[in-house]
Amino acid sequence: MNVVHPVLSVRHVGKAFGKKEVLRDISLQVEGAETFGILGPSGSGKTTLVKLLAGIDEATTGEVRVLGTTMPKLSVLQKIGYMAQSDALYSELTAKENLEFFAALYGLKDGNRTRRIGDVMELVDLQEHLNKRVDQYSGGMKRRLSLAIALLHEPPLLLLDEPTVGIDPLLRQAIWTELKGLNRKGTTIVLTTHVMDEAGKCDRLAMIREGRLLAVDTPAGVLKAAGAASLEEAFLYYGGARP
Amino acid sequence: MRIRAIALRILRQFIHDKRTMALMFIAPLLVLSLMNLVFNGDKYTPKLGLEKSMVLYADRLASLDVDITTYSDAAEGDAALRSGEIDAFIKLEAAGPKVILEGSNPAANQAVLVVLQDLFSQPEPAEAAGGLQDAPVRPEISYLYGAEEMKTIDRYGPIMIGVFVFFFVFLIAGVSLLRERTSGTLERLLSTPLQRREIVLGYVLGFGLFTVLQALLISWFSIKVLGIMMAGSFMYVLLITLLMALTALTLGTLLSAFAANELQMIQFIPLVIVPQIFLSGLFPLDTLPLWLQRLGLLTPIYYGSEALMDIMIRGKGWSAISLNVMILLGFSLLFMALNVLALRKHRRM
Ligand SMILES: Nc1ncnc2c1ncn2[C@@H]1O[C@H](COP(=O)(O)OP(=O)(O)O)[C@@H](O)[C@H]1O
Ligand SMILES: [Mg+2]
Repeated sequence: MNVVHPVLSVRHVGKAFGKKEVLRDISLQVEGAETFGILGPSGSGKTTLVKLLAGIDEATTGEVRVLGTTMPKLSVLQKIGYMAQSDALYSELTAKENLEFFAALYGLKDGNRTRRIGDVMELVDLQEHLNKRVDQYSGGMKRRLSLAIALLHEPPLLLLDEPTVGIDPLLRQAIWTELKGLNRKGTTIVLTTHVMDEAGKCDRLAMIREGRLLAVDTPAGVLKAAGAASLEEAFLYYGGARP
Repeated sequence: MRIRAIALRILRQFIHDKRTMALMFIAPLLVLSLMNLVFNGDKYTPKLGLEKSMVLYADRLASLDVDITTYSDAAEGDAALRSGEIDAFIKLEAAGPKVILEGSNPAANQAVLVVLQDLFSQPEPAEAAGGLQDAPVRPEISYLYGAEEMKTIDRYGPIMIGVFVFFFVFLIAGVSLLRERTSGTLERLLSTPLQRREIVLGYVLGFGLFTVLQALLISWFSIKVLGIMMAGSFMYVLLITLLMALTALTLGTLLSAFAANELQMIQFIPLVIVPQIFLSGLFPLDTLPLWLQRLGLLTPIYYGSEALMDIMIRGKGWSAISLNVMILLGFSLLFMALNVLALRKHRRM
């Protein structure tokens, strides 16, 4: 892949809902084929930031560029696989019908569609539940189905908002292995989390708190700068709980 | 392609949701059947037209409960009758007085017949009725539309067909898009390269296919099973019901943008649906203040009902309903455009 400019670049981005400022002066860049984690406590603005990256929302100030294009831009959406924080599934439909629907929206055709549906369902280990209605799925299964839908059209950029919430450790490990595999094939992954052990698996981390960017570094770099033994400690350090 | 995907998804959701399907198909039939059993005639002040030569009757009519208009010749009166300004027209012909009833409203027919009975059972004024002074005159009675045996349900049936289709499609389409918003699937849709207008068109197509079936079933049931009067073309009935469904669909999805949950969607019924029903011609509008009658002209159900009555009772064709078709189409297109605009709230592009 000849990635000259960063896959994702955020420049002095601010986002306000009415008078409420949710993001303030965020600047960061994500390179091609890396796994980039956005780490922050609940309510810190992670989801808001991801929606700006996904082009669903628009920044109040500053600029978001995805794959070299200023967002929001419709044509870029085809290249993004987005997994929302809440499972956006049609619960009265079967998993297969959900997948077919989204596959059609991304323009996947007949044979390719069937093949991709099989692939992604295998990846999230749901192939036996393909014809089950989604309202009979457990929370973790729904999460996995949402992930499968995000992977469906083989996008070069994945935006995953808390992808592994409610998924048991064994399966979480398997999913991380797959994500890393996608990384190697050139897929760029941006994900949010507030699970510290997951943050350690990212190539680089952005720490945010109350809508401000505290630091962007590798997990090791974060530890070192904070003089902390664990990411948890480092997080508290950056969050203002400095000794 | 993407529009088709949305339409297919909506159809599949219907197939999985048996209860909603039953609501759309069975409930209207149930209520129509009930109405068929319940409706009886009611009191009504008839509007009579008099040809100038019959003006002698005016004095006598004045003592009865009736509105009178005088016309200078028979042609003028016939025209007024056709346009629905009067319920009956009395004119003088060689054989004696002749009464023509407009005929499409059974309550009006009844009221006119009662008045006629009073009128002609009294002795004749000396100069009237071509000199036949002694024997009581028996006027010749005929109907412009409808028939003597027309029942109240024949009058209300066409309106109710339209109202039911409108009501159920409005509610179910509105709730569908609302759920899409509250469950986060709308946001998910907007994270795909789907255009806003494709969402709106997908809804129109998906519900459109479904409402074809609904319109077919309700119209067929009303006409064939309940035996509601049907003087015109079934295809026109279908066309109008479909257009009403389209208007209801687009209005429902539009208003769902202003509802936070299903209950708030239901709250639109007394605000949006019930007033339309009252102004649709189900009840005589002439007794209403003028501004309220005018307000009826802004409501889609009014145009649908009017067209359905023209087709089913008066057997009229395209020339009579074309304006209504255009207006209903206009409403739908307007609401569709507004829907696309309303989605801007969720994604600007
Ligand atoms: N549409 C909105 N309108 C108003 N406030 C919002 C909206 N979306 C999010 N917020 C606020 O923005 C802040 C950050 O939310 P969010 O991005 O969801 O945080 P996180 O994903 O890190 O938990 C919260 O205080 C939340 O209440
Ligand atoms: Mg969040």
